[in-house]
Amino acid sequence: MSLVGEGAEFRGSIADVQPSIAGAGDYLSLLKPRVMSLVVFTALVGLAVAPASIHPLIGFTALLCIAVGAGAAGALNMWYDADIDARMTRTARRAVPMGRVKPGEALAFGLVLSAFAVMTIGLLVNALSAALLAFTIFFYAVVYTMWLKRSTPQNIVIGGAAGALPPMIGWAAVTGSLSFEPVLLFLIIFFWTPPHFWALSLYRADDYARAGVPMLPVVAGELPTRRQILLYTLILVPLGVSPWPLGYASLLYGVTALVTGAVMIALAVQVYRERSPADRASKHLFAFSILYLFLLYAVLLVERGWGGLLMRWAA
Amino acid sequence: MADKHEEGIVLTEAQKRARRSRSIAIALALAAFVILFYIITLVKGPGVLVRPI
Repeated sequence: MSLVGEGAEFRGSIADVQPSIAGAGDYLSLLKPRVMSLVVFTALVGLAVAPASIHPLIGFTALLCIAVGAGAAGALNMWYDADIDARMTRTARRAVPMGRVKPGEALAFGLVLSAFAVMTIGLLVNALSAALLAFTIFFYAVVYTMWLKRSTPQNIVIGGAAGALPPMIGWAAVTGSLSFEPVLLFLIIFFWTPPHFWALSLYRADDYARAGVPMLPVVAGELPTRRQILLYTLILVPLGVSPWPLGYASLLYGVTALVTGAVMIALAVQVYRERSPADRASKHLFAFSILYLFLLYAVLLVERGWGGLLMRWAA
Repeated sequence: MADKHEEGIVLTEAQKRARRSRSIAIALALAAFVILFYIITLVKGPGVLVRPI
C-alpha cells in the first residue's frame, strides 16, 4: 500500500531533501522559555490563592500543561511571524529565521503541543481549565499573532488578554469555577501589558518600523505613546492596590502595591516628560514594570498561597 | 543518479547529532507523559473516571 497513491509521482530530486539540523535545544527555544516562566509564575499564584485544595501532583500537572500550552502558542507565533522576526534585531537569531527549524516544523510542533497540553489538563485536571487554556492558545496564536499584530496599534492592548489569562486558568484548575478575584488578577496583568510593551517599543521603534509592525510609536508617534503609557499606568496602579481594600490581601500587600505603584507612576511621568529620545526613561520603566508585577504576585503568593501556609511557616 | 537513489540520504555528523538529540527528547517526553498519566490514575483512584463538566 502506498501512502501517495498509484497516480502520485515524487517530483523533487532526493538531492533537494534537506535533513534537519535542529537539535532539541532549538525546539525548546521555540517555547519562549522566558515568557513561559512569567506565565508559570502567575498561574502558580492563581492556583495557590484559590480557596480550595488540590493534590500537589494534580496542581503540578496543571502548571505543566499551562507551561506547555503557553510554549506551544509561542511556537505558533514564531512560525507565523518568521518574516517579521527576520527583520528585527531582537528576534533575528530565533530558530526559524536562522533556518535551523523550518516553518512547517515549528507549526507542527506548536499544534501537537497545544493538543497534548489541552487534552492532558482536560483529562487530568478539569474541563474549565482546559477550555480556558485552549482559548488562551487560540487568542495568542490566531487573534493576536495572525490578526491584531499586523493590523492595529492596539495589538498589544487586546492581545495582552492572552498573557493575562494564566492566573485564571490556575484558579479554575483548583476550583473548577471562576469568581471576581481571578478576574482581578487578570485585570492587573491586562492593564500592566500596555505600559510594559509600549515602553519597550519606544526604544525599539526603528526595529518595529523596519519589520512593518504597526506599534503605537511607529503609527501614532512618540508623544501619544508616552501619553498612553501614563494613562494606562494611572489605571493599573489603583487596580494593583485594589485587592487590599477589597479584602483579598492584607496590609503587607497594600503597602507593597502602593510603594511600587508610586514608583511606576513616577517612571511613567518621567517617560511622558522626557523628550526625544525617551530611551533612558522608557528602559527604566520597562525594567521596573517586570519587578512591579513580580512583587505584587509574589506578595500575594506568600500572604495567601495555600491558605497562608507560607506566612504561618515564616512566623 | 540511480546510485544516489540507492544510497539514500547520507547524514552529516552534525545532522546525526541533531537527530539523536531530537530522538532522546521525544523519548523522554513520551516516557514522562506515560508516567504522569499512570501516577495521576493512582492518585485519583476510581475518581479518575468522574468528570463533571
